[in-house]
Amino acid sequence: MSAPEPGQPQIGVDEWVATADARDESHRGVLGHLRRRFERVPDLARFGIFIGLVALIPVLTSDQYILRVSVDTLIFALLVLGLNVVVGWAGLLDLGFVAFFGIGAYSYALLSSDHFGIHWEAQFTVPLIVAGTAFVGLLLGLTSWRLLGDYLAIVTLFFLQAFVVVTTNGSSISFLGLTPTTDVTGGPNGIPGLDPFTIFGFQIQSLEGYFYLGLGTMTLVIAVLYLAVRSRTGRAWHALREDPLAAELMSMPVNRLKLLAFMFGAGIAGLTGTIQAALLGGVFPSSYDVPLLITIYAMLILGGSGSLAGAVVGAIAINVSLEVLRNPDHARWLFYSVILITLVAKLRPWWKLAAVLGSLVAFGYALSAILGALWPSATGGEAAGGDAIGRGVQSWVVHPAEHATQVGNFGFVLLIALVLLLTVIKDPWRTVLLVPTIYLAAFEWENLLMASFEAQAATRFMLLGALLVVLMAARPHGLVGKTRVEAV
Amino acid sequence: MDWEFFVQQIVNGLTLGSVYALIALGYTMVYGILKLLNFAHGDVFMIGAFIGYGVLQLFGGAASPNIPIPLLIVLMFLAAMIGCSILGMTIERFAYRPLRNAPRIAPLISALGVSFFLQNSALLLFSPNFRSYDTFSLYEGRLFLPLSVGPLHISPMRILVIGSAFGLMIVLTLVVGRTQIGRAMRATSHDREAAAMMGIDVDRVIVITFLLGSALAGAAGVMVGLVFERVFHTMGFIAGLKGFAAAVVGGIGSIPGAMLGGLVIGLAESFSIAYVSSTFSDLLVFAILIVVMLVRPRGLLGKADIKKV
Repeated sequence: MSAPEPGQPQIGVDEWVATADARDESHRGVLGHLRRRFERVPDLARFGIFIGLVALIPVLTSDQYILRVSVDTLIFALLVLGLNVVVGWAGLLDLGFVAFFGIGAYSYALLSSDHFGIHWEAQFTVPLIVAGTAFVGLLLGLTSWRLLGDYLAIVTLFFLQAFVVVTTNGSSISFLGLTPTTDVTGGPNGIPGLDPFTIFGFQIQSLEGYFYLGLGTMTLVIAVLYLAVRSRTGRAWHALREDPLAAELMSMPVNRLKLLAFMFGAGIAGLTGTIQAALLGGVFPSSYDVPLLITIYAMLILGGSGSLAGAVVGAIAINVSLEVLRNPDHARWLFYSVILITLVAKLRPWWKLAAVLGSLVAFGYALSAILGALWPSATGGEAAGGDAIGRGVQSWVVHPAEHATQVGNFGFVLLIALVLLLTVIKDPWRTVLLVPTIYLAAFEWENLLMASFEAQAATRFMLLGALLVVLMAARPHGLVGKTRVEAV
Repeated sequence: MDWEFFVQQIVNGLTLGSVYALIALGYTMVYGILKLLNFAHGDVFMIGAFIGYGVLQLFGGAASPNIPIPLLIVLMFLAAMIGCSILGMTIERFAYRPLRNAPRIAPLISALGVSFFLQNSALLLFSPNFRSYDTFSLYEGRLFLPLSVGPLHISPMRILVIGSAFGLMIVLTLVVGRTQIGRAMRATSHDREAAAMMGIDVDRVIVITFLLGSALAGAAGVMVGLVFERVFHTMGFIAGLKGFAAAVVGGIGSIPGAMLGGLVIGLAESFSIAYVSSTFSDLLVFAILIVVMLVRPRGLLGKADIKKV
């Protein structure tokens, strides 16, 4: 039997025994001591400390931008928690999850705005919407009842598309041409001017208010899920994710359990939708589309599918990174520090690291000098942004003054080819090829990926897509999740 | 009832349907062998359309081509098919092969990531603007001048597209039905482990499946460019979704099923655009899909498979 690759589930090996040495190792030294102390803290206390620390954010800062990002992160965390039930626990690929979020938001908009003149308070709308979205989830799940595996992915993807089509064109709907046309969804402009979140006459108006609303809801959802996953149903979900056939043999009602998970997820998405709609004060069809779906999938997979803590960690990591990438100066810091940290963590021994870093710097300056001497227009361009690192990069990375787009496009394709090649070849060529690849990545970052506002948006989403592929191949259990052991 | 209009919709439906059928073939072949829904397939189709556009521009554009037009069109098809085959094989090698023995959901999520990566890479490279093949300028628009046979009006361009689509489907049927590698593909799709035990190189079969499927998607991309002219970075999403629906309606895993499903979806779409509503034609495709799944979950031509343990 060949040696199992690290990170892959090992067949027929008990995980606890297999990792005994690594565990021993990780318990030594100061860090090991701290880790051991941390592992002894019960779940409940860890959760309490985390919520307590997060609750301090509005006390420590009154910066509206930070608060806004925090509220968005909480909403993302709620969505990922809901998706985790469907994908992580029940193992169903739900590609229409965002549509349930949208249905929740649109229902809130119809029930609490001037659009139809209905102004219900949240104690009525929220239970209604949660039950309603869960019911829609039930109906949708029933259509693929007989083949709940792959077909659910197709049906839900179509459902998302149908939701976008209906909301975008729903400004003049008539029932089969029999009734006069009414404006239901406001069309591409959506429905603006929603009521603030009002519960028992108490109105939430400030960002701090929404922050605590989001935090409270998240605490509640995590508590419910924590209990649910330990219940009979939760254990059944785990069983059918690992092996549906065996679960069925144990006389578990597999399809009913799957539908239940699907409804659970839809309900949480609907609940989150009401909060998001109230926070935004309006709903627009473009906010509930594929990009959001990929974002929350990336959060779930990065954090570790199947883990409650992972869902929250993934939401925080990705939302904060996406915010950082919005500003070219901050993005540049992130880009170069990620490269540096990866190199330091992965390259051993130290002289190899030093050689790569040294030749990288020399390579850049030499190339700039040679190109500058031979062909002045090749280096005449300007770097975007102007902080310290931006000026430092200016002389290191080539900035073509002419044909920057064409050179950037060809470089991008070449970069993808080089990165793929790096994963195949072995040392020493790998280390040698690493230098031009990193330099080309820096070149592309400066000249194509961060070149314009549109390019930055595309870059953020492209990176999310790449992250999903890389994570699935390299670390399917994410940051927090546990490796799955396959027993034969 | 206006018969000429009705016949016209059949022609439109056949054009759309042959494109959907070509896309559906790629889905269905990959699903047959790997049991994987390859979400990135629609984006391979989009890249094919852009490769065709690139070749067209390379030889002077449609307004003033500097090589003979038939040769130009052949070159566009060849470049798109070869480019997409390479892309498809790369995706298989780097995104799906490492996950061959992972849980079922892992390659699906990876496929989702590849699709999103390709779509946004295209956005980065080609900007969000529509590109036009501008094929109307070829032969001063005579390719779009309808030829009339009785009540039937059909332009040479549509004949070209429908004809080459059916030609490709016949070639594929022959490859799968008559050649050594086709037999290996059928065996692998029937039972991968047993095929491996019979000495079939399963990895090679999978690579060739991706090669064939992606080449068909690339050809479909050029066809859409030739007839509908506009190409853009999100065109792969909707077309991929319709191709999916076609594959499921025909019976996923079945090659004649994918062709039939493509035509059904294409005709349904063109008739609903003509007689019902153009904005909600996507919903009709969705409705057909749901009905087929409720009534005949294995699709029109699919066989019920026996679950082996």
